[in-house]
Amino acid sequence: MLDNIRDLYQEVVFDHNRNPRNFRVMENANRTVEGFNPLCGDKITLYVKIDDGIVSDVSFQGQGCAISTASASLMTDIVKGKSEAEAEHLFEVFHRITTSQDAAINLDELGKLAVLAGVRAYPARVKCATLAWHSLQAALKNQTSVTTE
Amino acid sequence: MSNYDVQALRRDFPLLHQSVHGKPLVYLDNAATAQKPQAVIDAIEHYYRQDNANIHRGVHTLSQRATDAYENARATVRRFLNAAGDKEIIFVRGATEAINLVAQSFGRTRLQAGDEVLITAMEHHANIVPWQMLREQLGIVLKVAPMNDAGELLMDEFAALIGPRTRLLAVTHMSNALGTINPVKRMVDLAHAQGVPVLLDGAQAVPHIPVDVQALDCDFYVFSGHKLYGPTGIGVLYGKQALLESMPPYQGGGDMIRRVTFDKTEYAGLPFKFEAGTPHIAGAIGLGAAIEYIASIGLTAIADHEHALLAYATEQALTIPGLRLIGTAAEKGGILSFVLERIHPHDVGTILDHCGIAVRAGHHCAMPVMDFFGVPATTRASFALYNTFEEVDVLMEGIREVVKVFG
Ligand SMILES: Cc1ncc(COP(=O)(O)O)c(C=O)c1O
Repeated sequence: MLDNIRDLYQEVVFDHNRNPRNFRVMENANRTVEGFNPLCGDKITLYVKIDDGIVSDVSFQGQGCAISTASASLMTDIVKGKSEAEAEHLFEVFHRITTSQDAAINLDELGKLAVLAGVRAYPARVKCATLAWHSLQAALKNQTSVTTE
Repeated sequence: MSNYDVQALRRDFPLLHQSVHGKPLVYLDNAATAQKPQAVIDAIEHYYRQDNANIHRGVHTLSQRATDAYENARATVRRFLNAAGDKEIIFVRGATEAINLVAQSFGRTRLQAGDEVLITAMEHHANIVPWQMLREQLGIVLKVAPMNDAGELLMDEFAALIGPRTRLLAVTHMSNALGTINPVKRMVDLAHAQGVPVLLDGAQAVPHIPVDVQALDCDFYVFSGHKLYGPTGIGVLYGKQALLESMPPYQGGGDMIRRVTFDKTEYAGLPFKFEAGTPHIAGAIGLGAAIEYIASIGLTAIADHEHALLAYATEQALTIPGLRLIGTAAEKGGILSFVLERIHPHDVGTILDHCGIAVRAGHHCAMPVMDFFGVPATTRASFALYNTFEEVDVLMEGIREVVKVFG
């Protein structure tokens, strides 16, 4: 049973949910964002360290569903070492593939993030996947909190 | 119970007979909203096909028919609650609007800075936020009666919170997040002993518990039609006549006046004083039909059936490893709220949906309840008159599948 649900819950998602990467408090972060999804009550704290325009470290803490935890974990992996402009660009790409039904998915650009494209078939769950990314965008803009509404 | 024919009742609900993700629908989100029987759908359709007109305004035949149908619905609600008179039944949009009406009309004119409104730890946001708004407006104090780990009110603490500044007790008859049924008669008596009026939020209670507002002696009772197998957008505020008469209107407009000049307006009497503008006529008629439908089965028989479902579901759920029930009060309605170890309710909800099972996953508009139990959200299955033991089995199988997938 439950075949097509594997489009959403792929092994990568389970893996990152069970063992989230960069799941820690960062003492020397220079940007910290509280992300909140008022629809479900999920919260995440995102820690970002930016040195000379480069996201040199990023980590998170929080309590969320498998989709939001995996998305945050994958995000931290992927944006670490990127420039602020590159991180902003990734946010836009991710936002497009998770919210637009017909956006082409460029696997080269997305890498592992592509596993979360399946979420667009579940409109009620899109915000679970984008919470971490909205938090990242807020960090890049030097804001300290963000809500997805 | 033996002659409770659930299969026959299911045939009264057209929506139930469909597939979701290729599986027969198992609808267990009744505490959010219940499905509608054909009798309700027919009553609304008949009204729009035959009788539609504005009420209390025309001399023509259709207007008279619409007015009669609307006022008959009011009488049906009055009998349902055993209110003393039709004037005590105000049609509103739902429980939320009814509580806001009381907060703004009764609260705003009767309360002053430092006065207290007492609620409980298990209220729906609809019975928290209107009082917080009043706090902003007037500087009143909001007191919260605590509960224990089972989700039962602590009666001694509750009684001690009723003090000289308490001006209103506003409490849920049955909790939507936990299923707890509160001992409202005792609570009303305790409050009245100190001269404190009582509002009961019956949004969850009315589909499961026969309510007699005169026996309860509550001052206000509110509920929504849509959880009672009726339409959305219609609900009821019951208030004792003398109290309603002493309260100013909530909104101004047509239908709520007797005479208007630019200098002065004379308000209409009850219940029209509180029904400004064209009401949800079809909704009221649909609600009347829903109440008649329930009466034809018998609320006690329905409650017995749901109780048996809850007992069975609770027993089955406790055999699932890692499952923790949220809300284990001795007195409970048909609500099974739970969390699974290391699996978030949203994931549970999405996977159950793929099994054709509709449950609620979230905070149930009761974030303080979630905080109390230290969980971000729960998964909630809630039972209605048309649910079956087989559906409980499908739910349990679904939960076991979730545990396996996440294993
Ligand atoms: C206990 C309780 N009170 C109030 C409400 C609000 O009802 P409505 O949204 O229909 O106004 C609900 C609905 O979820 C409820 O369960």
